[in-house]
Amino acid sequence: MAFTTEHENSASESSTKIRLKDVYKIFGEYPEDGLKLLRSGKGKADIHRETGCSIGVNSASFDIKAGEIFVIMGLSGSGKSTLLRLLNRLIEPTSGSIEIDGQDITKMSRKALIELRRRDISMVFQSFALLPNRNVVNNAAFGLEVAGVGEVERKAKAMAALEAVGLKGYCESRTDELSGGMKQRVGLARALASEPSILLMDEAFSALDPLIRTEMQDELVRLQSEQSRTIVFVSHDLDEAMRIGDRICIMQNGNVVQVGTPDEIVGNPANDYVRSFFRNVDVSQVFKAGDVARKNQITIIERQGVSAAAALEQMKSRDREFAIIVGRDMKYHGMVSQTSLMEKIRSKADDPYRKAFLADAAPIRASEQLSGVLGQVAASAWPVPVVDDQHRYVGAISKSVLLETLDRAN
Amino acid sequence: MSFDIGDGIDSAVNYILDNFSPALDLIAASIGFVTNGLQSGLLAIPMPVGIAIFALLALWRVSFGFAVFAGLSLALVGQMGLWAAMMETLSLVIASTVIAMIVGLPLGVAMARRDPVAAIIRPGLDLMQTMPAFVYLIPAAMFFGLGAVPGTIATVIFSMPPVVRLTNLGIRQVDVEFVEAGNAFGCTPTQLLLKVQLPNAMPSIMAGINQTIMLSLSMVVIASMIGAGGLGNTVLTGIQRLDVGTGFEGGLAVVILAVILDRLTQSLGRKGATWRLPFLKVGLREPEARTA
Repeated sequence: MAFTTEHENSASESSTKIRLKDVYKIFGEYPEDGLKLLRSGKGKADIHRETGCSIGVNSASFDIKAGEIFVIMGLSGSGKSTLLRLLNRLIEPTSGSIEIDGQDITKMSRKALIELRRRDISMVFQSFALLPNRNVVNNAAFGLEVAGVGEVERKAKAMAALEAVGLKGYCESRTDELSGGMKQRVGLARALASEPSILLMDEAFSALDPLIRTEMQDELVRLQSEQSRTIVFVSHDLDEAMRIGDRICIMQNGNVVQVGTPDEIVGNPANDYVRSFFRNVDVSQVFKAGDVARKNQITIIERQGVSAAAALEQMKSRDREFAIIVGRDMKYHGMVSQTSLMEKIRSKADDPYRKAFLADAAPIRASEQLSGVLGQVAASAWPVPVVDDQHRYVGAISKSVLLETLDRAN
Repeated sequence: MSFDIGDGIDSAVNYILDNFSPALDLIAASIGFVTNGLQSGLLAIPMPVGIAIFALLALWRVSFGFAVFAGLSLALVGQMGLWAAMMETLSLVIASTVIAMIVGLPLGVAMARRDPVAAIIRPGLDLMQTMPAFVYLIPAAMFFGLGAVPGTIATVIFSMPPVVRLTNLGIRQVDVEFVEAGNAFGCTPTQLLLKVQLPNAMPSIMAGINQTIMLSLSMVVIASMIGAGGLGNTVLTGIQRLDVGTGFEGGLAVVILAVILDRLTQSLGRKGATWRLPFLKVGLREPEARTA
C-alpha cells in the first residue's frame, strides 16, 4: 500500500515532509501587479490602494518535518487559514514553491493534484463540514468513495477509522444526531480513513466547548502516538498550540514572524506581537504573591512558657505536616515541620522552635510578581510563606494553590 | 434610418418555417408522442381508481386530513363532469414539467458553474417570464399547428425559468465548507456536483420544480386558445358564452388540481412522511431504527 511505503521513506524523524519556499498569496483581480509592488517593498495599504489587491500570505518559507504536529498560529485575518489551504491548493498560490516529499505541488496538473488529495493529504474543518445527506459511516467513507474504493472495502476502512476515534456504535446515525465533539470525531475519522501521510486541520477544535476541546486535543495526540502523521494544525489559541504543537509558526498580517518549538517561542519571542499572545494568558504576570497566598496553614504564636509539645500536638491532631511560627505581633519567625519539631523536642533543645526552623524556608514578599516566584514555589518541598513589607505573615502558597491559580486563568 | 424589429421577427419565423420544417415536425412528433401517450394513459384509468390513487399518495406523502380533502374535492370534480378534462390538463402539466426539467436542470447547473453562462442565460429567463404568453402562442401555433403539442411547448417556455433559477441558486448556496471538503478529499468536478452540490441543493431544486408545476397549471387556460384542451377549454367556453357557472366550475377544478399537485410536490423535498394515523395509533412507516 502506498501509505506504508510513504512512511518507510520518511522513517528518519527529522526528514522534511513539506517545504515552502517564498510562497505568496495575493488576493485580487491582478495579483501579479500586487506581487510586483510587494517585492519592491511597498506596504499593504499602498498596494491595496494602487491595485485593489490584498495580501494573504507574504513570502512564507519554512519546513515542516515528517511526523510532527506543526501549529500555525495567529489572530484572525493573519493568513493562517490561507496558508493551510495553499498546502493542498484549495487556494492557488500566486508565487513560490511548495514541495511535498520533494515534489513541487504548485506545478502539478489537476489530475495529479486530485490524486495527491485522495492519497496523501486530508483535511479537517472548523465547522466539521459533514455532508448532511449522508450518515456517519458514509461521511467517514467519503474520501475513499471519491477515490473509487469498492463499497465493502471503504466501509470496513471507515468503520476502523470511526472505531479509532471512539465512535464505534454510531455508524448508521445521522450526523445531526451527534454533539459537536462527536461530529468532529467523524470529521477526524473521514480524514484518517484514507490513511493520508498529511493531515491539515483548520481550527478543528475551535467550535467545541473548552472541556471537549481538551479531550479532542488529547485524542489527537494519542492518535499521533499510534500512527505518526504530519499534522498541520491552524489555531488562534495559544494554550492549544502549546499543548499539542511540536513546533509553532506564528503569523501576523500574512507574514511568518516566528517558527520554533513552544519553548523557543516563549523563551525568545520574536516581537511584541508574539509576546502579546502570552500576555493574554499568563496570570503569573498579573497576580502578585500576596494575591494568591492563603491562610490555610497552621500558625503557632511563639510565647514564653507555652511548650513546643503543645504545638506539635496541634499539628498532629489536624494532620498538618508544616506550621508557621509567628510572634505576637504576627511577624513571621519561621516554619517548622512535624519531623523537625519532634526531633528538637526529643533532644531537649533549649529553644525548640528556633532550632527546628526549616533552614531554607525563606519567605517571599507579598508585593512580588507571581511570575518571579514560580520557580521557588515549584521547587520547594513545602508551602512557601508570604510576608508583607513589615515582615508580617500574610499566608502561604502551596503547589496546589499555584496550579489552581494558573489553571483558573485559562 | 429606421429598423423594424417586428418585420425582422416576421421574416425570421418565415425563414424557420421554410427551412426547418422537418426538424419542427420531428419535435412535434416526439412531444406529441409523449403528451398523447400520457393523456390516453391517464384517461384509461377509471375515475374511482384515479381518485383512490391521489388519496393514497396524499396519505403517504402529506397527511390523513389532506387525503380526505383530496378524495372529496376530486369526487366533486367528477361530479361536475370535468374528470376527463382534468386528466388532459394533468398530462399537459406532467409533460411540460418533465421537459422543463430535462432542459432546465442542466441549464441551472451550467449557470451555477460558470458566471459567463449565467450572465447569458439570465436575460433569456427574464424574457421567458415577462413576455406576454399570447405573443409566443402565435409562432408556436405556426410552427407546430394546433393542439396539445404547441400548448406543451408554450407551457414549457413559460414555466421553465423557476427550475433553472432555483437550481442555479441552490448550487451556489451550498455551504462553502462542503465544497471545500469535497475538493479537499479529491473530488473531480463531476463528483463534486453529484455527491456534494446537487444533494445539498435539493430543497431549492424541489422548490423550483414545484414552482414550475404551478406556473404550467396557470398556463393551461391560455394554452387552450391554441387547442391544448383540458380544463382550459371549459374556462374558455365559459368566457365565450358569458356562462359564469361553467367558467367557475372549470376554474375551481384548476384550483383543486393545483392545491393537490402543490402539496404533493412540496412533500418530495422532505424525507418520507413519518406521521401516524390519528385513530389507529399505528405508523404507516416506522421511523428509521437508530443504532445510537
